Amino acid sequence: MRKFILFLVLLWSTSALAGVEVHKFDNPEQEQQYNRLVAELRCLVCQNQNLADSNAELAQDLRQEVYEMIQNGATDQEIVSFMVARYGDFVLYRPPFKSTTAFLWIGPFIILAVGFVILLMFIRKRRQSAAVELDETEQARAQQLLNDNNETDTP
Amino acid sequence: MWRYLVPLGIFVVLVVFLGIGLKLDPREVPSPLIGKAAPAFTLPKLQQPEQTVSPADYKGRVWLLNVWASWCVSCRAEHPVLNQLARSSEVPIIGLNYKDGREVAQQWLRQLGDPYTASAFDEDGRVGIDWGVYGVPETFVIDKRGNIRYKHTGPVDQKAVMEKIMPLVHALEKEPA
Repeated sequence: MRKFILFLVLLWSTSALAGVEVHKFDNPEQEQQYNRLVAELRCLVCQNQNLADSNAELAQDLRQEVYEMIQNGATDQEIVSFMVARYGDFVLYRPPFKSTTAFLWIGPFIILAVGFVILLMFIRKRRQSAAVELDETEQARAQQLLNDNNETDTP
Repeated sequence: MWRYLVPLGIFVVLVVFLGIGLKLDPREVPSPLIGKAAPAFTLPKLQQPEQTVSPADYKGRVWLLNVWASWCVSCRAEHPVLNQLARSSEVPIIGLNYKDGREVAQQWLRQLGDPYTASAFDEDGRVGIDWGVYGVPETFVIDKRGNIRYKHTGPVDQKAVMEKIMPLVHALEKEPA
């Protein structure tokens, strides 16, 4: 039990340490801009985290950079191009659409379309194999069975 | 026949792609600065704070910028390679001492040897951000016109020096200033 409590205390202490800086903003728009940007920019040290979530030292520095640029009235576009000029498109969680990233953006739709075509072909093939051709005697027999059925159904 | 060939084909394609994926290093982020002018800075020297270092000082020469810090373990690993390269004195190595303390950094160089023609002291890491530094150590090759031509992320080893960096330096030295 004591170990468990210690464990909980340790958990709490790390979460208390994460993202310690407090930034003061002149207006709520700037705060929104800051939160939007640090959520969109990738931390280059822990590559599956954005700047907002990462506790890496570089992420702290870049958050500070974003904060200062916002304080100086920079637009989203200016801050994003500042980051891209230094770290490349990799820093963006949503890379821009261009020749090198075209497959990234269109790829999933192409694969979806291919899958859909294969599915259609599969369904069509099954339908064709299900339609069995009957010769004349078989057709006559089928007709007779249907007629018999009709007679018994309607008294 | 197709019933077996199609899944086999898909499997082979998948294996090839996963194989390529395994070979790629996700830490190697291509630098957008390659081919562009080296970001300017003027920083105090690590050992002589009253003097400054600037990329402009090395215009007309091919030089290396090595980003290092005393807290960086991989820097210790690459240090003998840099020392050896410095002894050959084929190319000046400028150090960018990134987010370090002046005392510990100087101590580190006294202990392990100083391969740097000069070390710039980037205490707050601002210059590091301008150079797109994200994983110390990093080594840049800058040509005579002051353009970044190559970037090596992570510790340089003998192989990287022999196969990449020095051949490039020699080729760049033949370029007009």
